[in-house]
Amino acid sequence: MTKTGFPDARVLGQDVPRLEDAKLIRGQGRFVDDIAPPGLLHAAFLRSPHAHAAITAIDTSQALALPGVHAVHTLDDLAPHLADTRLVVAMPSPSYRLDLHRPVLARHEVVHVGEPIACVIADSRYIAEDAAALIEVEYDILPVVTDCEAALQDGAPTAHRNAASNLVAEMTIAYGAVEDAFATAAHRVHEKLWIHRGGSHSMECRGLVAIPDPVEDRLTVWSSTQMPHAARRLLCDIIGLHERQLRVVTPDLGGGFGPKLIFYPEDVVITLAARLLARPVKWIEDRREHFISTTQERDQAWDVEMATDAEGRIQAVRGVLIHDHGAWTARGVNVPQGAVSAMPLAYVVPAFRMQIRAAATNKVPVTPVRGAGQPQGVFAMERLLDAAARAIGIDRAEIRRRNLVPADRMPYETPIRTRGGLPVTLDSGDYPACQAMTLQGADWAGFEARRATARAAGRYRGIGLANYVEATGRGPFEHVSIRIEPSGRIFVATGAAAMGQGTATMLAQIVAEQLGADMSNVVVTTGDTEAAPTGLGGSNSRQAVMAGSSAHAAATRLRDRVLDIAGELMEVAPADLEIVGRAVQLKGVPQMRRTLAEIARAVAGQAGFVLPGQSGPGLAAAEELVIDAMTYANGTAVAEVEIDIETGEIAVAHLVFGHDCGRAMHPRLVEGQLMGGIAHGLGNALFEFMAYDDTAQPLTTTLAEYLLMTATEMPRVTILHMESPSPLNALGIKGVGEAGVIPIGAAVASAIDDALSDFAIKIDRLPISPVDLLARLDQAVGG
Amino acid sequence: MKPPDFTYHAPETLEQALSLLASLDNARLLAGGQSLMPMLTMRFAFPDHVIDLNRVAGLAGITQTGDTLRIGAMTRQRDLLDHPFVQQKIPLLAQALALIGHRQTRNRGTIGGSLCHLDPAAELVSVMTALGATIEIAGPNGPRDVAMADFPLGYMTPSLAPDELVTAVHLPVPPPGHGASFLEFSRRHGDFAIVSAAVMLTRHSSGHLADAVITLGGVGPVPLRLAKAEALLAGQTPTPDLFTQAACLAREIDAMEDAQIPAWYRRRLAESLTRRALTAAHQSLPGAA
Amino acid sequence: MTEPQTRHITLRVNGQAREITTPVRKTLADALRTDLGLTGTHLGCETGLCGACTILVDGRAMRACLMLAVQAEGHAITTIEGLAPSPSELHPLQQAFCRHHALQCGFCTPGLLTTLVEFLHDVPNPSEAEIREAISGNLCRCTGYDTIVAATLEAAAMLRPQP
Repeated sequence: MTKTGFPDARVLGQDVPRLEDAKLIRGQGRFVDDIAPPGLLHAAFLRSPHAHAAITAIDTSQALALPGVHAVHTLDDLAPHLADTRLVVAMPSPSYRLDLHRPVLARHEVVHVGEPIACVIADSRYIAEDAAALIEVEYDILPVVTDCEAALQDGAPTAHRNAASNLVAEMTIAYGAVEDAFATAAHRVHEKLWIHRGGSHSMECRGLVAIPDPVEDRLTVWSSTQMPHAARRLLCDIIGLHERQLRVVTPDLGGGFGPKLIFYPEDVVITLAARLLARPVKWIEDRREHFISTTQERDQAWDVEMATDAEGRIQAVRGVLIHDHGAWTARGVNVPQGAVSAMPLAYVVPAFRMQIRAAATNKVPVTPVRGAGQPQGVFAMERLLDAAARAIGIDRAEIRRRNLVPADRMPYETPIRTRGGLPVTLDSGDYPACQAMTLQGADWAGFEARRATARAAGRYRGIGLANYVEATGRGPFEHVSIRIEPSGRIFVATGAAAMGQGTATMLAQIVAEQLGADMSNVVVTTGDTEAAPTGLGGSNSRQAVMAGSSAHAAATRLRDRVLDIAGELMEVAPADLEIVGRAVQLKGVPQMRRTLAEIARAVAGQAGFVLPGQSGPGLAAAEELVIDAMTYANGTAVAEVEIDIETGEIAVAHLVFGHDCGRAMHPRLVEGQLMGGIAHGLGNALFEFMAYDDTAQPLTTTLAEYLLMTATEMPRVTILHMESPSPLNALGIKGVGEAGVIPIGAAVASAIDDALSDFAIKIDRLPISPVDLLARLDQAVGG
Repeated sequence: MKPPDFTYHAPETLEQALSLLASLDNARLLAGGQSLMPMLTMRFAFPDHVIDLNRVAGLAGITQTGDTLRIGAMTRQRDLLDHPFVQQKIPLLAQALALIGHRQTRNRGTIGGSLCHLDPAAELVSVMTALGATIEIAGPNGPRDVAMADFPLGYMTPSLAPDELVTAVHLPVPPPGHGASFLEFSRRHGDFAIVSAAVMLTRHSSGHLADAVITLGGVGPVPLRLAKAEALLAGQTPTPDLFTQAACLAREIDAMEDAQIPAWYRRRLAESLTRRALTAAHQSLPGAA
Repeated sequence: MTEPQTRHITLRVNGQAREITTPVRKTLADALRTDLGLTGTHLGCETGLCGACTILVDGRAMRACLMLAVQAEGHAITTIEGLAPSPSELHPLQQAFCRHHALQCGFCTPGLLTTLVEFLHDVPNPSEAEIREAISGNLCRCTGYDTIVAATLEAAAMLRPQP
């Protein structure tokens, strides 16, 4: 369709081989657990078995006495070495009603199952676990808060015994004359929704190896974090180090998906333990710990209404979102805020008011997982649109077409603000065209024939759709520096952190495009505080947009410098030169050339001699391009499902995903991001459920109980592309890391409604399990 | 998640294994390890001794004598699945084996290990009950046999004394020309079944059903024979209505309930899977349309 | 060494005879990673549910987390490090994985490759459905599996003897 790509580019827009693969494909990656310096000790944590209890005593003597144990740390042991015994990491927001900064280790009260209480350091993980089991903790069990809605009712027990209530934060996102619109609207629809998302479940859990260097009084911390620079800053603050004394490096990351951007208690304990013992210490989170200590997204209860005119044009949306915040503020209120902000984005919504109430519960803290609330907001909006289409009696695609922000209104400034207070302005895109493309790809118009065929065979087939607009590329900047060494090799360093999505390849493409187009000549270092002075790391589908834009600016500037110097050395005008491979050559006369190595050496400088060129010594450029406004990607998902009404089984027959993320620098990487997101979205829609019982004990703590998508459960997926270049950055790109997950639950729910329209079933919760669906079917037929 | 400490024994003969079992307190037998190893790493099991059966001579292997198949307890699930006789003559077993876990777990997991672990949802437990297998047990007082139907004493509790171990499974080969179907409902391929239905049908030359065996797995602590439905089917002309009627009887069974799956849902699956397995087994009869 | 119960074992790993002294409770996966330095075998769950630690034991794909190291005595193990024929060449499956973008973070990749090496040996001409079933015990959170299936189909064609 409107695929523009990079028509004149040499490597951009091409499916070049990934730089990451050479090592990973041979099992020679360097993941955090692969790092084993001499003298390494191993840590295990004792974690709370109770969701809420007072700790009256901790006795570590038996654990300490076990042979092979080097230390057992409780908060009392570590406190003298800490500037603060709490992790104060909450992002600024005026909405907080409770300060819930979590402790480095729990001392007087535990507030969720899995909260760390003590850390054993031993010769092996085996022994450390033996010793952890010998620590005796006396608990007084306290009442628990398991449900976010019940948490906010009068008389509810509190998740923290000394808290006045469970209301962690409240805010209202509003504009326009909402009440007037509802009073005069032709149609009003109302939905009560319960939306669950689970954990991230990167195949690699968290972990870190802290290696002290007594010679230089420094520490190197290898951490599976998406934000090494933030981790360094926080570790320095809490342990009392200068940044010079601490290097944080993200090695190969076995997936991130959000929770690895959080700063955790274990980060502090392991780093400090290594410093106190003057030995390298490793802690690798196991999968059970991942279920009970790594942050998740979990529950949201939405009570929402939409008002439309007689033709289905949205007049207003209003409602309340109650959000399960978990036991601590490990990041902020960005998940519910992101959810509500995502709700109206794709559509023209003249008036809007959503109240957010975040409730403390005795569960693992909630922070963003791939999508960061946006799937929930989209689910709420799309459910309302389906309800409105039913009320008015028009096609579900048609009501959306009438309300999507039209292309001729781009850029479209909405009255919504980002969490930083900036206006949300949709920068580009043709949402109606994207929906039309996707409907055509899914043969929406021809569906009734497929429904009839399926019904004749006893199967209930349905089709559904959902639109999304995703805020991507959160600023304000990302650091990228490029240096051409006297060897002629190009070294790129960035504060961006790679999580497995091909960040190094993407940056190398951008740099190589300007500097010779030889991918093999570019070496990229990501996620190392030593290599990049600053960085904001991986989140918000930001790496391509932010680091990519800085890389492009730096590479362009460096290219000009190379040509300038080469021009002087070769005595020709720089405009007549080009960089091809590892050399600069005269256009059309390739034998007239200087290698990058020669040029780099020429400006390396020699005492007493004048430098060539106009711009000083060395061949380097660094950039921290500031882009505050986010760029908005969009898309449409159409799901086709078949329901077995005897078992409640839901089979997705075909999923068509049409999207627009601006220019695709590496189409295959883009598709890879989308497919992973779609699989994650299907998991959230149909399989993944982090279950707790009435005492807030987690019930799904293995990968047999918490169901991730497998190859056999993946449906046929078709991805369709549109390209509306973003005007906000030179490359015209938008983020794509989270897009896939966002509309899937909504599209699948819409398809299930459609399949079961005979029974008038409306899906109002995620995930949708066969048991739930069969119960609903029974209700519908009065069984 | 690392195993607790234990003493490891690797006997090479059955006699050595039995004598270790008789003399050691708090010992666990390690067969394929697909269940015991996770229980160790999760520290749900704390044996003082682990007796590894993988080096015991003669415990693995499949032999056919007349109309009986003897399957050594340490035979890997994959080897039984690949066995040509199983593929050709015991389709019910072949279908069930293909649904056990995944390629990697079938390569290591054993027949005896799965039966002794006795997970109510395990395919092998259900299919061996359906096939009328006999469990061969060795102990200090010599060998004894117990019918598979009598082997489970209750939830995950086999009829085994602490000093006994299972050495083999004897399978009567079903009559030629029978129809068979093993169906299960699980959330994902390879997961334990929520409910499974194993059906075998034989037919008179007249076209009437001679015999029907219906075994449900996953509904209760031990496999359940749907005897009423079997009785209803015997001697009848097979029709879709008859199968529906027979399957209806699954609504009356006692079914387990757990945090994720209510009893009523298991009963519904039992009914649906029974009807579908009856239909498929009937279609697999020679000459069926 | 503070582990009370240890044993000395010999085994073959990627074609080479190796000897280690290991605590009897140590898993084979941990022994491969820490005692033999073969860190390409990854641990994603340690309970046999994710497939990342899949290795070949006497040619058969198995979960290395569900075996004790002592059980490997006398057996031949192949890990991801043993798949490529040389430092400059890749196994056809590895080549196809790179070509099809069948890996992203690469954490599950070693277990997928070992699983598929055995599978393609057993089933040289598989259907897409057979491939999906073969890898249903290998979890990948990044790719959505389609590219893995495509890569396997291509590798199968490369590995089949040409008529």
